Amino acid sequence: MATDTVTLKIKRGEAKGASTWEEFKVPRKPMMNVISCLMEVQKRPVTTDNKSTTPVNWDCSCLEEVCGACTMVINGRARQACSALVHELSPNGEAITLEPMTKFPRVRDLVVDRQRMFDSLVKTKAWINVDGSHQLGAGPRVSQEDQEVMYPLSRCMTCGCCVESCPNYNERSDFMGPQVISLARMYNMHPSGKMQAGARLDAIMGEGGISDCGKAQNCVQVCPKGIPLTESISVMGRETFKRALFGWLLKG
Amino acid sequence: MAAKSSILTQSGTVRRAIVVGGGLGGLMTVIKLCEAGIPVDILSLVPVKRSHSACAQGGINASVNIKGEGDSPETHFFETVKGGDFLANQPPAKGMAYAAPGIVFMLDRMGVPFNRTPEGNLDFRRFGGTLFHRTAFAGATTGQQLLYALDEQVRRWETIDVEDDKGVTIPGEKMVRKFEYWDLASLVIDDEGVCRGVIGQDLKNGELRVFRGDAVCLATGGPGMVFGRSTNSVINTGSAAAIAYRQGATYANGEFIQVHPTAIPGTDKLRLISESVRGEGGRVWVPKDRNDKRPGAQIPEGERYYFLEERYPKYKNLVPRDIASREIFRTVVHEGFSAEGQRAAFLDVTHLCKTPSGKAAVRKKLEGVLEIYEKFAGQDPYDNPMKIFPAVHYSMGGLWCDFEKAEDGTLKAQSARNQATSIPGLYASGEVDYQYHGANRLGANSLLSCIYGGMVTGPAMAAWREGAAKSAFDYGSALFDKALAKAKAEHEAFASRTGSEFDVNPYQLHDELGDMMLNKVTVERHNAELDEVLGKIAEMKQRFKRAAALDRASGTMNQPVVFLRHLQGMLDLAHIITKGAREREECRGAHYKPVYDPELHPNDPKAVGRDDQNWLKTTLATYTPEGPALSYEPVDVSLLKLAVRDYGKVKKPAEAPKADANAR
Repeated sequence: MATDTVTLKIKRGEAKGASTWEEFKVPRKPMMNVISCLMEVQKRPVTTDNKSTTPVNWDCSCLEEVCGACTMVINGRARQACSALVHELSPNGEAITLEPMTKFPRVRDLVVDRQRMFDSLVKTKAWINVDGSHQLGAGPRVSQEDQEVMYPLSRCMTCGCCVESCPNYNERSDFMGPQVISLARMYNMHPSGKMQAGARLDAIMGEGGISDCGKAQNCVQVCPKGIPLTESISVMGRETFKRALFGWLLKG
Repeated sequence: MAAKSSILTQSGTVRRAIVVGGGLGGLMTVIKLCEAGIPVDILSLVPVKRSHSACAQGGINASVNIKGEGDSPETHFFETVKGGDFLANQPPAKGMAYAAPGIVFMLDRMGVPFNRTPEGNLDFRRFGGTLFHRTAFAGATTGQQLLYALDEQVRRWETIDVEDDKGVTIPGEKMVRKFEYWDLASLVIDDEGVCRGVIGQDLKNGELRVFRGDAVCLATGGPGMVFGRSTNSVINTGSAAAIAYRQGATYANGEFIQVHPTAIPGTDKLRLISESVRGEGGRVWVPKDRNDKRPGAQIPEGERYYFLEERYPKYKNLVPRDIASREIFRTVVHEGFSAEGQRAAFLDVTHLCKTPSGKAAVRKKLEGVLEIYEKFAGQDPYDNPMKIFPAVHYSMGGLWCDFEKAEDGTLKAQSARNQATSIPGLYASGEVDYQYHGANRLGANSLLSCIYGGMVTGPAMAAWREGAAKSAFDYGSALFDKALAKAKAEHEAFASRTGSEFDVNPYQLHDELGDMMLNKVTVERHNAELDEVLGKIAEMKQRFKRAAALDRASGTMNQPVVFLRHLQGMLDLAHIITKGAREREECRGAHYKPVYDPELHPNDPKAVGRDDQNWLKTTLATYTPEGPALSYEPVDVSLLKLAVRDYGKVKKPAEAPKADANAR
């Protein structure tokens, strides 16, 4: 059925308290995405049953799927709203449902607070310990082969899709999620990052680390950047195993 | 009283500096401040990892000469200045070009996964405005990778304790405190006109609070949203720069807005297709037959018009952006060519993807950007030529900044004048400044200027703090209380716009502003249209007074009320941009008035193109309630001789298809 409008069903609410659903119809244009629909709602914040309401609050920044801001649950699946194209979601005028991610505290409407993900980056020491930003000459050489492994891992936007889909990541568990395990793998491959590999492995072997992964493998299915998260988990699984077995020897 | 230079005040408060904005310019400033021992508060609209720097695709320039072509920082400097049509002050541009190799090495040490040569060295590719391989890159998401590297270093500083002057750790105090989801509401400026801090607003709950700072840096990016749809992130409203301008900061060269030649047309934004696509061999063309509506892949080689290659046989598809944008605009809009019958041209990499190994090589270097085309245009660019059109991309203009020239012609290290705005104590770094690109920015120079700007700003702020007579932390609270009360009153005034007299939807008003600016103040500028735009802006400013607060909620996130502040700023910036363009009677870089183009008007003595005699000067805009007051200052051209900006255009391309009678 061809239609000239897009129907949105949006779950709304405050930080605390119950959620309500509101439905909107916005004019359909070619190559629309979910963000452009929400922008239409801003310009005319009126529900389908003609009730005046407030514009929907949502997070977004780049609109080209590199910043990770606009993750929400669209038709039941966590993904970026910018790359969620209307003609794919609703070829025949089906309603599109938008909900905030469930694994993080809600701020308002579709906005959630993903601070927990950034805190995990601190716990796993997700950085290279450079001596400073002053001039110390060229960096270490890296083979093309290693670069081709590291580059895809470094594209993680901390968007939250993987942890939203992970059954082991929730309020009751400390699991840090697959994304930090994958990033630790990247830093541990880097010629100077390697020098702190042990500290990162220890973090991953600790609370909320790799042993909390239940191998559901949802993460790799939903990652918008196609990061080989389960491969990283298995690589780091081996590394942590080695460290657990022989770590005391290496420490000398 | 504790000396102003000590880290702690007598009452035990840590003296901090403030950086507003957490993209590359801001984060690099933070790192330099921390290394100088100065604790920092960062305020950012979004978690810093989501800043607009992430959108930069192609790479970062540095004349490392890894390909043995004889490239050098001096050549980079010259090409930057020539690319900017000689409007850039030369010492900052020289400083940047000479610092570039060191900056790329630093980023490499920080773990940026740059592409590599077989020997494990950094790989470099070509970009516009040069014939050298000068651009280091990490796939086609270089900005994202650079942002992440600095983000990681700053996160590390978030874990490092502040130490007092005796080296004793101060409990609970870290070198960096991040305030993410915070907006700049105003600057705090004392009776002597010195910036002493800021008022920030927590977007999660609307709370306004004081941040004292011994120096303040705005690293808040460009104003792309003034044009509605652009390649910019939606957070790039220029609000912070507009606030500084309202509070007395001078805004320079506002009229110089870069239009990028190749973006995907869209309804919510115009997504960039990086210049690196052409750097790696991508070609721009249109079907020779103006009525040819076939998909690009079905059009045989002989029926394609590679107009950039024919008009610029030396630089081909890699002429500077202002030139490429004008040529595409002219070819499509005036000469009536099209891509699949649409207002677009083709950008084509399919010839590089004919073999599996060729396709794999393209994927390695360009996947990040081609993936954007695939996802958003819904077509596979490895097999189908992409449809593109120019889009607003970058502001060469921004907050005016000072600099101090060293004897070697670069910037004097540790000078408090470098990157200092016209408000003492307030600095600017990144796209928000105006310092490095003149009338047009070369591709892959923006990541560089952001980081170089930060490297200069940090030490400059440290020097300012050292030399200031008094610390912001030794003032009584009256100054800050007053600023906070004023910011609260302003917010209240916006939040209480709920009556029926407020009948203007601010988002619709923004749409109107954006459409108008996009249509009239970008690639080609005509005085009659600019006058019309100036009239409309005045009228929109009146209508803005009736713009409604669409949401009455308080104590919670309320994006529509905050948007009013940003829209007010965009109207101011639109005014600066348009008035600057109206007054500047010449063609220079991105600022192009067809009436002064000697190519179009060979017999008109007034059509001189670039007019160094009258217009080799920087535009300065200062705020008045009636609109921007313009004045001008000379450009520092002490290092390089002025030259004709020539990229070898062929006057009459041999194979150019005949123009329609009604073209032009």
